[in-house]
Amino acid sequence: MSNGTSGLYFTFKPENAAFKAKVEELSGENIDLCFQCGACSSGCPLTGEMDLLPSTVIRYAQLGMKEVLESKTPWICITCFNCEIRCPRGIDIANVMEAIRETVLRTKYDKFTLDELTPEELRELPQIAIISNQRKLTA
Amino acid sequence: MEENESEMVTIHVMGKKHEVPADLTIMKAMEYSGHQFRRGAGCRGGYCGACAAMYRVKGSYKLQGALACQKIVEDGMYIAQIPFSPAEKITYDLSELRPDANTFLEYYPEISRCLSCNTCTKACPQDIEVMDYVQASLRGDVEEAARLSFDCISCGLCAVRCPAEIVPYNVGQLARRLNSRYVIGPTEHVLKRVEEVEAGEFDADIDELKRLDRKTLQERYESREVKL
Amino acid sequence: MRLAYYPGCTMKTDAKNFDESTYSTAEALGIELLEPTRWNCCGTVHALAKDNVMNYLAPIRNLIRVEQMNEAELVDDKRVVTQCAMCYNTLKRANAAAKADPEKMGKIRDFMEKEPNYQGSVNVVHMLELIKGLGWDEVKSKVVTPLDGLKVSPYYGCLLLRPREYGIDDPDHPTVMEDLLEALGAEVVDNPYKAKCCGAYHAVHMKEVAADLSHRILKQAQEAGADIIVTACPLCQFNLGDRQREIKKQHREFEGIPVVYYTQLMALAFGKEGTGFEQNTPDPVPVLEEKGLL
Repeated sequence: MSNGTSGLYFTFKPENAAFKAKVEELSGENIDLCFQCGACSSGCPLTGEMDLLPSTVIRYAQLGMKEVLESKTPWICITCFNCEIRCPRGIDIANVMEAIRETVLRTKYDKFTLDELTPEELRELPQIAIISNQRKLTA
Repeated sequence: MEENESEMVTIHVMGKKHEVPADLTIMKAMEYSGHQFRRGAGCRGGYCGACAAMYRVKGSYKLQGALACQKIVEDGMYIAQIPFSPAEKITYDLSELRPDANTFLEYYPEISRCLSCNTCTKACPQDIEVMDYVQASLRGDVEEAARLSFDCISCGLCAVRCPAEIVPYNVGQLARRLNSRYVIGPTEHVLKRVEEVEAGEFDADIDELKRLDRKTLQERYESREVKL
Repeated sequence: MRLAYYPGCTMKTDAKNFDESTYSTAEALGIELLEPTRWNCCGTVHALAKDNVMNYLAPIRNLIRVEQMNEAELVDDKRVVTQCAMCYNTLKRANAAAKADPEKMGKIRDFMEKEPNYQGSVNVVHMLELIKGLGWDEVKSKVVTPLDGLKVSPYYGCLLLRPREYGIDDPDHPTVMEDLLEALGAEVVDNPYKAKCCGAYHAVHMKEVAADLSHRILKQAQEAGADIIVTACPLCQFNLGDRQREIKKQHREFEGIPVVYYTQLMALAFGKEGTGFEQNTPDPVPVLEEKGLL
């Protein structure tokens, strides 16, 4: 019997239920449908940069574990919807990623600020790039 | 002699209730009720943008923007003055700029956050289509942005309300500057007139005017012909 | 046929060649494109959070403009055609979501008091769908300079094909660009990465990631023997074309390959102006001259 050194024993508490409900509400997805087949992860073009696989992020969401809010993965996600077309249960994983991003962004946190860009970059980048980046990464 | 008794209305200025004559502007009503303006008052003619104010009328949730020197009070008005809206003064050298979308993005990159919600237009006391000129700037349409923002007096109400934290009046000003410099170009007739003045073509007329007495000067002024 | 055309901000600036070649090729096909008099940025990406209404205002406002054009009888039907794949995706999804959710539509209408209510009558289509609807024979009949000997690798990007519900073609095996290019006389070269993400908005603050993804796509096209790549989205064009310098920094052995918008090749094949090759980086003119097309 582990003394809490690994995450093997997990109790689903009310705060986990609340977080899970929030993710489901924001994404509009029924994440309980996921049976961890991994098809989404196999199609995702950016798993090389991620710390958690997309299917793992869904697992965290199913368990209502708020640690997923600290993962890099939702910010690496480029919302390309490759996961959506592959999911055999019809879940739009990109929606779930956005729900996690929104949960963080709505705490007055911006993942990206315009100050990070140099004047040269602002001159070079087309509007479409700057606008879409901000829609996904800022509040 | 009968005293002209104007109808009185009830207003609240920054939370405090006052009874004021119904035909006064917000600015006059505030002075009537004992406020002394140290900030938030300027030309008193609807042109300088110093007296930006926000108000709600009893029974309506709508938050409205107005110029205190122009807007007549209404019964049940709840008023607050916005004497200043915080904005960085971004400096640029107009002669080094190009009239395109990326110029706006370089100095005011936050225009890329515009949601097209139209809140700025709703706040504007000059009835300017603020959202449209911000969008025109985002598209690089300098001429349209300049045309639409022409009446802007930089009162700041749009900037205070914008959810994307844009300062529209600064964007409009850049658009008008770029438009004048690069799209319209130098005003030939003004330059020509300056040349004429420097060549002394008007010296004799000016000397004559300087020697006239006040009465004749006034007559001359009142009967002048204005060519449009 | 007169149709409402929604360009999107980038089409008027960085993607001007895409815009101009769209106008000239549409004209060749007998379509008159009309922009709404006041349009705004569509928002580029669809807001996925289900409680978000703010981000719907921009696309729905544009659809109201199209409805107004219809009422004024400036256009012949209730479609609005777009070229930019991101605008297409955003407008289409916002339209569908607002129509499906009356509460959301109610909130949008309440907020936009100065606008007439959006009736939900507009259909958003992409130019490729429109061209396909005209028939490939129609396209062939307009070809003046067949693109003989030009090996073209079509690149779809993400938002034209996904999510499945809104895509213009099968996301796994799309064929519309291939059919179009063949009708223009070109030789189509298949690229298994043709519908893989180019890196999209990571071009802004995760440049290396975007460069890596784009490199994969370009390399595959080169290995398959392509002379040139075509795109349908200004952001894909930026990542695959303009950012090749960035790609070279990370992948020294990478040799450039020209990338153009599909309408530019159409304009070339139709013998129309507005090809706009001078705006493309890297320069496609040498390859096209080599094939005797210019």
